[in-house]
Order: sequence, then structure tokens, then C-alpha cells
Amino acid sequence: MTGSPQETIHETLVNIRLQTAIYTSTARLADHRRTALATLPEYEELRTQANLIKRHTIENLGFYLEQFESNAKAHGVQVVWARDADEVADFVWDLSKRKNARLIVKSKSMTSEEIDLNERLAHHDLEPVETDLGEYIIQLAGERPYHIVAPALHKTRYDVADLFTEKLGVPREVEIEKQTRIARSVLREKFLAADIGISGANFLIADSGAVTIVENEGNIRLTTTAPKIHVAIAGIEKMIPRAQDLAVFLKLLGRSGTGQALTVYTSFLTGPRRAEEIDGPDELYIVLLDNGRTRLLADREKRESLYCIRCGACLNHCPVYRKIGGHNYPWVYSGPIGAIITPQYMGVAQEPWLPFASSLCGACGEVCPVKIDIPRLLLELRTEVHADEAKHGQGRLERLGFRVWAWVMRHPRIYEMAALVASAVLPDERWFSKAPGLLNHGPLKAWLSQRDLPPVGKSFRQLWRERRKAAE
Amino acid sequence: MRRVSIFVTCIVDQLFPQVGMAMATVLERLGYTVEFPEDQTCCGQPAFNTGYRDEARSVARHFLKVFRDAETIVVPSGSCTSMIAHHYKELFADEPERLEEAARLEGRVWEFSKFLTEVAQVEDVGARLDKVVAFHDSCHGLRELGIKEGPRRLLSRVRGLTLREMDTAEECCGFGGTFSVKFPEISGGMARTKIDSIVRCGAEAVVGIDASCLLQIRGALSRAGLPVETMHLAEVLAHR
Amino acid sequence: MTARDDILKRAREALGGGFEQPAAPPKARIVVPEIPREARIEPFFRAITNLAGKAYLAKSFADAREYVVALIGDGPAVASNSPLLAECGIADLPGVRAGFKDPEALRQACASAAFGITSAEYALADTGTLVMLASVEEARMISLLPPVHIAIIPRVRILTGLDELLWMVPQPGLSTSSMVFITGPSRTADIEQILVRGVHGPGEIHVLVI
Repeated sequence: MTGSPQETIHETLVNIRLQTAIYTSTARLADHRRTALATLPEYEELRTQANLIKRHTIENLGFYLEQFESNAKAHGVQVVWARDADEVADFVWDLSKRKNARLIVKSKSMTSEEIDLNERLAHHDLEPVETDLGEYIIQLAGERPYHIVAPALHKTRYDVADLFTEKLGVPREVEIEKQTRIARSVLREKFLAADIGISGANFLIADSGAVTIVENEGNIRLTTTAPKIHVAIAGIEKMIPRAQDLAVFLKLLGRSGTGQALTVYTSFLTGPRRAEEIDGPDELYIVLLDNGRTRLLADREKRESLYCIRCGACLNHCPVYRKIGGHNYPWVYSGPIGAIITPQYMGVAQEPWLPFASSLCGACGEVCPVKIDIPRLLLELRTEVHADEAKHGQGRLERLGFRVWAWVMRHPRIYEMAALVASAVLPDERWFSKAPGLLNHGPLKAWLSQRDLPPVGKSFRQLWRERRKAAE
Repeated sequence: MRRVSIFVTCIVDQLFPQVGMAMATVLERLGYTVEFPEDQTCCGQPAFNTGYRDEARSVARHFLKVFRDAETIVVPSGSCTSMIAHHYKELFADEPERLEEAARLEGRVWEFSKFLTEVAQVEDVGARLDKVVAFHDSCHGLRELGIKEGPRRLLSRVRGLTLREMDTAEECCGFGGTFSVKFPEISGGMARTKIDSIVRCGAEAVVGIDASCLLQIRGALSRAGLPVETMHLAEVLAHR
Repeated sequence: MTARDDILKRAREALGGGFEQPAAPPKARIVVPEIPREARIEPFFRAITNLAGKAYLAKSFADAREYVVALIGDGPAVASNSPLLAECGIADLPGVRAGFKDPEALRQACASAAFGITSAEYALADTGTLVMLASVEEARMISLLPPVHIAIIPRVRILTGLDELLWMVPQPGLSTSSMVFITGPSRTADIEQILVRGVHGPGEIHVLVI
């Protein structure tokens, strides 16, 4: 991200078109969710179960990883373990070489964005073609996804028209339905010619050694059926113990994410094509990715961050996300979930402002289908940022400010005196929009940059004493 | 003799004293004797929310001391109430004595509207206000204390008052404590979304249970030059 | 150390264990409502129609065949090897090619077909879902490549919903490498949140229940 967070945030906030796009898109998704949940009376029960199942799985992850591997292998899957982004890219590159693969198609996978798979493979002149419409658009634009579920949320049909004309050489087309047809026919050729299909996975099913992937377009089915080789990349935290647990998770995922009881397609894939089956890939590789997840695992207080099923509901309800959009977050995961996992993966020192960019309204925790207590984790991270700052001799002024504040608050008479001084210096008539002289600084200046402040007159306690005196 | 202590909160004490007076008035009219422990200052929330636990804890200890003997504490703020009732237990997790005090506090501290509907068990306090108002759901009150219908029921009994619903009632106003000054532009943007929606619903005044929200909303309305008033629920209920 | 050993080691250290057989996982809610077979058809059809799919209750195999004939005209259509389609006489309609065993030939045919005709292993009444299991009878591509998908199922296969399916088939992987739920026509709202149907999968879907 170039520019300080405040600069790029400013750019987004003054862009009226973008503001409208973000606000209305998220409003629509939130509305769909609300409508869909109205017909799911067992929602709270399912949420609780999902939280407990995830907790159980994460706390026994070693066991379930081994069980998964064993069952997957029994069905002919080749299980690949990858510690980091490089190991995934090296594996794909190596596989492509061994299999003489020239064309790779890819379906939407936040995990693959996390590891910059496309960029890494581009170094080897191997560029997977994104097949999800939103991802395809941003691939053409050379951008990162704007939202966990709606990658091209920030683009208008006119942006897409420009993009298609420039990158595909087609005549300019602004009708959305026709734009979709163009993408469909371009990508169809790719599907049918591709040597390898790379997908993500929404769930890893331990008792089956299977992956479950959900979608609406059909590109995941095509990616995982047409090419002879299918590679599924999944973070190790995607694990759930039993296929039957899908009765809980699928209901929560569809409704929370897009307001659908079930997405159009749900694929439950157990191994490559069987001998008697007619079509399907000859080989299936499942890549189990760590990339820092074991580090989050070690943090008892915050490991519930790993329960996330990537529904995007927290984004749609976050008043901050709804103002600043996905590109103002430093990593591929944006919104509240991005705010809590980014510092955990990258260290709090990397983007120390991130946990503070929240009013702690709690809407995220309220809508999380797996009950991650996001506000609590934000508070934890704030404390950690300060601890880190203290270690490096930073943030002294603010800490000192709060120390003084706390001292004043513990001494009521000093507090009263400080209040008297403030009321003597600050304007005491009508709400004011400027601070006098030397006071036009720091927090006071920041406040007044956006809104007015009330006059500072007699305090409650003064009025209370006066009233008591008058009564005597 | 029914006795309550009031914790007015630092914001009300310094910036909205009339809210504290209004709350005391309503309580007295209902037959309560209102006590104001003069050593009260702050609940510690600003430090807690900004990640300064030690500083928050030291201020919280002072609160515990001041209100040790108070049987019932009424607070004109959802966020301060939830700080005291819920988060003190986190702060004192490693101090068994204080933890016990904090736990005992939980059933004794009441946000004002909840005190009225659940303890005093009244909805009609004899108020009158001829205005069209919209109610803003403060985040902590809504999500941590379940405050949603209570204030609306109380408002519905105010003679002459018309209650409208704004379409962003449950959306955060953008205050968030130090968030409002660390990220003033985002905070301001959130405030403007809120006031746009207030104007859209045609309300003459916006009412809330948290003075910090009203500080933010009033500040934005004033800056935008809009004639909409802001009132704390206590002020509405004290109005005759 | 292999990546596998390294990752498992880190997990072990992070959790202080977590490799021994744990207690059974917490309960997953599976509730199968008591809905008689005949009462499932109406909600099933309603769900399909709400998704912009077409639902048709065929009185007989011949009736189903008539529907298909009227819909596909000269085709070209590809039909699966489901015995039900053969019973309906659909497999030998002019314009319909069936009996594919070779994936390449099948793919070519599907890529140029206007219609894909299949049966389905199960259907889920509450969501209007077809449950397709890849098998010697059902290839994957037929319900995927052609722009129109026609599915013909006997009414006994309609289950109440996902819960009943998972209760009956707790281990789908034992029977097939690919179980796919199809819930309506392919769609996207990726551009300006405007709904468009038929992105990659079929944009039109007809479900016939006999």
C-alpha cells in the first residue's frame, strides 16, 4: 500500500462513486443475509454448534490433519504439505514441469491470494487464468480483491467495459449481461484446454479425506472437472471432523455470505475420478498450507480467529469497512477478520494502526456465524501494540498522556480543578468549531476537523452542589 | 425509602450536565432518593478501549472504592454501564478480591432506561414533549446490554411525541472513544451517514442513551448547520 | 525435516498435544422432518421456481419424454447413461446422443450441445436442490457444459433436505469421487451486484419429476 493509511483512506472517503458502491453493495448483502436468516429458526443453535465444532477441531488439529491425510490417500489423493507461499508455488511449478502443463485455470481462492500464487507463478512464465468473473476482472486490472466474497465490488460496468476492450480487444460493451457472455466464452475455451485446475477449498473433511467447495457460477465445477489434474489449496484451519458437520456449516455459510440457503453449486470431492466414472480429473492433489497458521494456533487467547469460514458477513456490517473499502487494508483479508488476523500473521509492529481503526461497535461479532469475538480480539491486539511500542521506546507521549489522565481520574479534587481550568479556557457559548490558540492541537484539533464541540460551562457536580445549597 | 446512587459519567459531568440533572429529576419524581458520591470521576473505559489496561485498572479501582457501599447505581450511558458490569471482570481477572467486588457490581449497576423498565418497572414517567424524534441505538447498549425496545417503549409513552425509525438506527455513529480522534475522517464519515439518515426520516430531534454518541452526532449536525436537535433520553423523560 | 513433519511438529507444540484420539466432536444438528413423500413435491417445485428454474410433474415416462421433445426440438443434446432416461425413451430421441464412455468424446459432445439431460441421485425439497453423484451412469460434464440442463427424477428420490441426505449418506466419499449439489441455474452478481444467469454453468434448468 503506497501512502500512509490516512492518505489512501482519505482518497477513498472523498470518492463519492466508490463510497456509494461500497455502501450499497454491502447493504444489499446484509439485507439478503437478514432475509435468509428469517427462515432459519435454528440459526442461534447452529452458530453455537459451529463455534464448538470449530473449537474442538482446532484444539485437536494434529489428530484431524493426520486422519484427513490417511483418508484422502485411501481415495487416491496426493497430499502435499506446504509451510509457506514458496513451497506451494514450487510445488505447482514443479508439477507443471513434470506434466508438461502449459495452461492453468484457477477458481476463486482467498488462500491463493494470500500466498500471491499468480505473481509467484508468473516468475516462471506460468500464469493461471482466473475464472471467477469478479476475480477475472481484477486479474485483468492487475488489482487485489476488494471484498472476500465480491472481489470486483468497486468496479462499475464502465470500468469493466474499458477493461475488456483494452485487454481482450473486443468492441466496447457496457451491458452487464453481455459482458458476462464475453467472459463466459473466453473462459470456456480455457477450461477445456487447461492442463491443471487450481481451486481453494471451503472445508476439509477429515472423516472422508474430501474437500468441499461452494460457488454460484460453475467455474469451480469446471476447474475441478475439465483438466486432467486438479490441485486444491487449503489452509489447515479449514478442517471439520465429519461430512455430517456440513449440515451445520453449509447452512451458515450460504446465508451469512450471500443470503442463499445453499449456493448454486456445492462440490464434495473425494479423490480423483474412480475407475468406473466417466469423467473427472485423473489426479487430485490437496495442498495443506500452514503459512503462519500454526503460529496463530499457539495463541490460546486469539486462536479462535482460525474458526473463520470466510463468509464476509463481518465486512458487510462493519461501518469502517463500509467507508474505507477493501483496498485500504494492508493484506488480502479486509474488514474485521482482516483487522484481527493481519497483525497475528505479520506481527503487530507491521501495521500497528490496524487494530485501532475500529469504533468497537460490535456489529462484526454479532453477525459472525462461528461466534468469533472479534471486538475482544481487537482490544487484545491494541494492548499488544502498546506493549510492542513500549519495548521499542515508541508511543511514549500517548502512554504518558493516559498515565496523567488516570492519575487525575483517581484524584477527584484534582479532576475538579482540571475541569475548572478547561472550562475557563474553552469557549462556553454555543457549540464551537475552532480551538483557541495553543489548544488547537492533537486530539482537540482532530475532533474539530470533522465536527463541533459543545460549550464547557458548569459541571454537573457544580450544579448538584448549587441545587443542594438552594434546598437548604 | 428507595435509594439510588448515580454515576453520571465524565462526559455528562463536564459537557452535558443537564443530562445528569434530568436523570436525577426523573428518578426523584418516581420516589427515589438520589445520591451523588462526589468522589466519582470516570469508569476507565477510554483507557481500556485504547489498550491501556493498567491505566484503566487504576481508574476502575477508584470506581470500586467510591461505589463500594452503593446498593444500586444508575448510569446515563450504555457504554459505561457495560464497561463496569462486564469488562471490570476482565480487568480484575488476576485480583481475586477486586474480581469479587466487580462480580458483585454486575447486578447492581443499571443503564438508566433499563433501570426504569426493569427495576422501577415503569414506562410512563409523566413526560410531555411535542416533537418528532428518531432514536439512535448506541452500540454497547444494543449489543452488550440488549437495549433496543426499552427506550422505544418509554418514548412511546411521552405525550405529544412522535417516534420515527431512521434506517441506520443500529449503525455506529462513529464515536468509538479515541477512534474519533485517531481516525477523524472515518469517524466523521460515519457521523455524516448517520445524520443523513436522521434528516431523511424527518425527525426534529435525535434521542439516545449515551452522551458520547450524542456528542458525536450533535457535533456533526452543528458542523453541517442542520437544525435537528439532540437529546438524551433522560432529558426527554424529564420534560413536562 | 519434511514440510509435513515440520507442520505437525509446530501444531503439536502450539497445542501442547492435540494428536491423540479426542473425545467425539460436539453434536452437529441433523433433524429430519417428518414429511410424507407426496407432500415434498410442492415445496420442491416452489423452491426451484423461486430460483428461476422450471419444474414439471410428469404423469408417466411418456409424458416426460413429450416434455423433453417439445423442449429440445432437434437438439443437439447429450444424455447420461441413467437407466431412467433409457426407460423414458429419451436416450434414443433424434438429436440426443447418449451412451458415452470415453471422456474426450463426451466433452466434445457436451461442448457443442445445447441441452444436457441427466437424472439425479437425490433431490432436496426445501432448497430445490439436485444431488448428482458421479458414477458409471452419470458423467459430470453433462449437467455442466451445455447451457440448458434437464434433470428427470423419480419422486421417491426427493428427500426433505440436506439433513436427511447427510443422515442417509454420512460418507459420500464411499460411493463417488464427486457429489455435487445443484441449486438453480448458474449465476453471478459480481458486476455492480446485478444478477446475471448462466455464467459458466447452465443458465436454464428444467427439473422433471415422475
